[in-house]
Amino acid sequence: MMHRYVFLIGLCFSSLSFAADKDKDLYLGEAYFYAFQGEYVDAITRLDTELGQFYRLDDPNLDPLHFQINHANFSVGDFELSYRMHQRAGRAIKAVLEGNVAPSIRNEAAYRLARIFVQKDDPQSALRTIEKISGKIPDKILDDEQFLRAQIYMLNGKFEDAINILQNLQNSKDYRGFATYNLGIALIQNGQELKGFAQLDKTGLLNADDEGTLAIKDKANMLLGNRLIAAGKPELAKQYLDRVRLNGPFSNKALLGSGWTDVATGKFDRALVPWTLLIKRNPTDKAVQEGLLGVPFAYSKLGLYGKAALLYGNALEIFGKELIKLDASIKSIREGKFLKALVSDELKQDKNWVVKLRELPDTPETYYLLELMASNDFQESLQNYFDLDDLRKRLDEWEGFLDAYVDIIQIRAQYYDAVLPGIDKQFRENDSRMKLRLEQRQALDDRLKRMLVSPRPDFLQTADESIMLDKLHLLELKYKSDNSPTGIDSRRRTKRLQGVLQWQIATTYNKRLTEAYKHLHLLDGDVEKLHNIYRSFVRTRQAATQSYKGYDNQIAQLRIRVREAKEKVGILMARQGHMLNVMAENELDQRRKRLEEFQVQARFALSESYDRASKKQLDQSESK
Amino acid sequence: MKIFKLNVLFSGLILLTAIGNSHAEDVSKEQIKGLDEQVQDIKKDVLSISADLTQLEEKLLYPSNTQVSVFVSFDANTKLPLNAIKIKIDGKDTTSHIYTFKELEALQSGGVQRLYTGNIRSGDHTLDVIAMTKPTSDSANTQNASLKFSKSVEPKLIEIKLSGSGSGNQHIGFKD
Repeated sequence: MMHRYVFLIGLCFSSLSFAADKDKDLYLGEAYFYAFQGEYVDAITRLDTELGQFYRLDDPNLDPLHFQINHANFSVGDFELSYRMHQRAGRAIKAVLEGNVAPSIRNEAAYRLARIFVQKDDPQSALRTIEKISGKIPDKILDDEQFLRAQIYMLNGKFEDAINILQNLQNSKDYRGFATYNLGIALIQNGQELKGFAQLDKTGLLNADDEGTLAIKDKANMLLGNRLIAAGKPELAKQYLDRVRLNGPFSNKALLGSGWTDVATGKFDRALVPWTLLIKRNPTDKAVQEGLLGVPFAYSKLGLYGKAALLYGNALEIFGKELIKLDASIKSIREGKFLKALVSDELKQDKNWVVKLRELPDTPETYYLLELMASNDFQESLQNYFDLDDLRKRLDEWEGFLDAYVDIIQIRAQYYDAVLPGIDKQFRENDSRMKLRLEQRQALDDRLKRMLVSPRPDFLQTADESIMLDKLHLLELKYKSDNSPTGIDSRRRTKRLQGVLQWQIATTYNKRLTEAYKHLHLLDGDVEKLHNIYRSFVRTRQAATQSYKGYDNQIAQLRIRVREAKEKVGILMARQGHMLNVMAENELDQRRKRLEEFQVQARFALSESYDRASKKQLDQSESK
Repeated sequence: MKIFKLNVLFSGLILLTAIGNSHAEDVSKEQIKGLDEQVQDIKKDVLSISADLTQLEEKLLYPSNTQVSVFVSFDANTKLPLNAIKIKIDGKDTTSHIYTFKELEALQSGGVQRLYTGNIRSGDHTLDVIAMTKPTSDSANTQNASLKFSKSVEPKLIEIKLSGSGSGNQHIGFKD
């Protein structure tokens, strides 16, 4: 119980530090969204997926998770721990511990790993791990680390060290009551009984209104009362037992104990006060059942044999009814109703489901199992059963998902197989045209570059100029051998016009070259657009193929894994369910035997009370 | 009678001191531990299947070149009594969500909810958000906000950040 308490505080702190991060990774935040709701399968899945993708990146430093990678590694360990996966959580945190990290991070990892070892009942490993802590400890776990260290020292018999730590923790807000209680226990175990009792007494007098502190306060008073009864000092024990709250989880046992301390000191009338209160409570409770025998016992001690006989009769009646209830409970468990009631959805909605269980119709077996259900072994087994049931439902659902994926892939295949060949043909044609144009563009580019070094004005003449030059060339040929005045004049004029044109072309060469570059640049813009469209098409084309090809093996393997996991879950659920049933049946059987013993005792006491009542009546009538 | 008294007294003491230890002989610790380890193993297997299935789902249903995801988070110290949220992409109703108490607590504690994952074309788009908080008088409080965003070949992640207390001072921000 204490371990769980410490753990919850741990998760709470790591969550707070997460909430404070401004630039949090969205997927890490999503994992926390599920974890805060107790949906650990979803939380671990999201974070595992994200971590897997992160470690596969070529440059993980560019991913936002990079800033919180240590936190993410801690968190996955935390979630696994919450999901009761101690082995895996241990490995995850151990990896961080052995990595090259800052002392504060390493110390936090060591603290968490030590906590896991405590949970796994491995105090030696917990001690080795907690002693690795040195240097800076993060403020957020300062008290947690100290309290855990004290617990580990106590588990390893190092009481002196534990006492020193717990004395320094007395003013801790988070461990108010718990530190004092544990200090008391450590002192007692260290042989300093009086000092230990003083600390427990201090715990038992705490002023508090939170349930945790009130519970530890009751526990301290109960422990003191028990120790004093065991030490043969019932008169001292009573004051502690009377301090226990009347509505707390220890109240029935405290009322019973308080009555017995009165009986032990011969104050039978005073014993009736707590016991009369006690026997009005639920008769399935062990202390109440014992109280049903205690009240008539006290009356008989007071000489009220008639009243005692009536109350023994009443106790016998109640025991009889309870035995019928127990038989029905055992039958119900054997019929599998207990497990069915445990996994009912309406219970899981309620935090107080254990209490609520009693109110469910058709679950008589649960009346007697509250105490068993509060035990750690049962809780762990029950949680495993819940988890297995959850996994079974998920695996069923995933099988459906896989069927749907296969359908999607088939529909896509039918569509794309018909459409893609035509698209591919068209693409190949366009691709060829595009390549040709790009080659042409490149040829122009090369030519312009050459023209920078070796000017070729003729390459930059316009079409009109070319036509004009061609015409002039024809005229030149025509009048080449004409020596008439007209021919001579025509040659002269042709030459002049050719000169004018070449002059124009030669003198505007640089301007023309610049214009040509500008046009090429404009063309490059269009080429870039073409490239973008090309890339987009290639991606879309790849996506089309990827949307239905290459999944067969993956889906087939997943299907096999899901089926195998389902089989394993089924077997484990049966075994876990059987274990829970055995635990429940054994508990009921023990309670049955106890009630039968009480019945025998009540019958003897009843007849003895009748005898004494009759004898008393006879004596009284004789004396008259 | 003395024997009875002692019996009862002792059983009382046992009750007070040994709580929950009476079942150890029935189902052994080793049996419980052994089964627990097997349960842990199957959890590991199922988690691995779950992660692979998540990746398959993402690859199959939401390829990165068209993927868009919308997340919801609360600013630090925000205690907004959010009832529901609705989003539209390019004017079309995309999704809506009614919050449970547990989900609200998770958001207030720093969790980030993935509200929507879907597919859109590359290019410019508009996201409209309508957040409804618990009504303070007769009518419900609603707050609207809009974001213009551009979708490229990478998956698009948009975070809707809510802040305020719900008494008219709530604010919707975006992180694109």
